[in-house]
Amino acid sequence: MESLMQDLKAKIIVQLNLQDVSPEQIGDDQPLFMEGLGLDSIDALELIVMLQQHYGIRIANPEDGPKIFQSVRTIAEYITAHQKTA
Amino acid sequence: MPYINSWCRIRRNIIVANGQTVWEEPGADVSVFLTNAYRRLDIGYPKFYKMDRLSQLGFLAAEMLLHDRFDKQEYPAEAVAVVLANAHSSLDTDVRYQQSMSAIPSPALFVYTLPNIVIGEICIRHQLKGENTFFVFEQYDIPFLNDYINQLLEQNNAQAVIGGWVDIFQDQYEAFLYLVEKKQIPGSIIHNQQTISDLYGIVDAGS
Repeated sequence: MESLMQDLKAKIIVQLNLQDVSPEQIGDDQPLFMEGLGLDSIDALELIVMLQQHYGIRIANPEDGPKIFQSVRTIAEYITAHQKTA
Repeated sequence: MPYINSWCRIRRNIIVANGQTVWEEPGADVSVFLTNAYRRLDIGYPKFYKMDRLSQLGFLAAEMLLHDRFDKQEYPAEAVAVVLANAHSSLDTDVRYQQSMSAIPSPALFVYTLPNIVIGEICIRHQLKGENTFFVFEQYDIPFLNDYINQLLEQNNAQAVIGGWVDIFQDQYEAFLYLVEKKQIPGSIIHNQQTISDLYGIVDAGS
């Protein structure tokens, strides 16, 4: 899980073009949207693309998005759960 | 009589604002030049990195235009208009988006496949809510934009207007923005076709 979260942080920075942010600045449980990293709705779509591109995971129900993308840890948990069931 | 109270021109890897060169980086790739200019000018607006190159170009020109010669508190947000034009619309980004479609298309790129998004980025940054219009011409039509801006001011549809030309396609780019107001300040230039032509300057072939 730890290594997946580190990998995710690096990929999020590249995918969302967060050039002034380093992986160390993103907390495992830090909110990604609003008060946290300040991501927006377009970033959410990019995160969906990232999951599909790099982890081969499609989000079946878009309403699950807010829960999945709450933090790096929740994304990592979702990936782990869905890769196990794949 | 309307006045040009600030202007900025970006071309050939040189940023000139109100007659002063504020940044130059000869020989740099356009994307590198724009990003380095943003960093060196210490603007502090991370969304810049997410913008397409047309928006980055217009955003930088607007920053230089407005940062010390415009007090937005003087006007209601609805009274400041933005009227821009170019020749290549959003083609620079359209091509990139088309290329991205061979894999999974990027939503972040898709939102920039319209030329007027550059106006949106400027308005969000400076909290402007006045009329905004983006024209696509074969070449910079100074008489048309001059008349359009004067009409906005004369008919009180705006109290201040940011106008000009923001164009990019591949390695060819140019931005020329100017702020037109009714008030005269030290250094004001009368807003007319001749003064715009003089500030814009002659563009050499290949520039």
